[in-house]
Amino acid sequence: MLTLNCPYCGVNADETDLHGEGEAHLKRHGPGSSDDEFHDYLFQRQNPKGVHFERWRHIYGCGKFFHAARCTATLQVFGTYSAQTLEPPQAIKDTITAARPGWSWGDFS
Amino acid sequence: MSNAVSALQGAVAPGEVTVREGGLQGMITLRGDLSHAKLKSACKAVTGAAFPAVGQATMNGDNALAWMSPDEILILVPHTDTAAAIAKIDKALKGQHYLAENLSDARALIFVEGTYSREVMAKLAPVDLHPSTFQPGDFRRTRLGQVAAAFWMKDDDTFAVICFRSVADYTFKSLAAAAKGGAVGHF
Repeated sequence: MLTLNCPYCGVNADETDLHGEGEAHLKRHGPGSSDDEFHDYLFQRQNPKGVHFERWRHIYGCGKFFHAARCTATLQVFGTYSAQTLEPPQAIKDTITAARPGWSWGDFS
Repeated sequence: MSNAVSALQGAVAPGEVTVREGGLQGMITLRGDLSHAKLKSACKAVTGAAFPAVGQATMNGDNALAWMSPDEILILVPHTDTAAAIAKIDKALKGQHYLAENLSDARALIFVEGTYSREVMAKLAPVDLHPSTFQPGDFRRTRLGQVAAAFWMKDDDTFAVICFRSVADYTFKSLAAAAKGGAVGHF
């Protein structure tokens, strides 16, 4: 069972209170982009064993989207943070580094 | 105009923990910038209750204010006063970016009353309802069984539950069944 702290409500929300919304920090490629970029934006997703960044929605609660950093292998949650950002806050990165030295994910490490 | 009728017309499931439909209840959803002083004072003016903090509900008799999300407040007033309360809010927030809408008849209000009402709620909601973490004044939006709901504690033995009108029957029967099942003795 996965329990994530909603950064808006401050409550520890059970997985069944939430809805998974896929990979976090996607860069949108819309009109004007190449076919390859658009293809990758639509279909290419990371599927790591280990550190992962995801979007979640507190669907039975406040209804807001937020981001979560967690380990897909152990379900350890490194933290949750606002979705209004382009990269994870330094505090989250530091927490991950302490638990998983040498981690990398996309452009982040 | 037709008369307003509550979803379950005052149904009661008596027992050690009684599940009772609350009847007609005026509910206004107010969306906007919750940090705005005018919005806060308008909420206070129509209910007499203090403006709630994150995850809290404040009460003044049968009136209440509840924190629904970072940009939404639920206002409870008597059913007959709903239109007047919205008019008051509209006047106070004129020119602001906000939404005040009467949702009284879209929802149902159910009370769960009795010594182990806490356990009845805990059977249906994925929420830590231990007395050390959930107390009168705390407000939570979550699910009850399979449907969305919100609840808060009026006092140590009473929960107030709000759900959509279309699932009022399901919510009422689920709560009544959980109450009939008896205490667990966990808390």
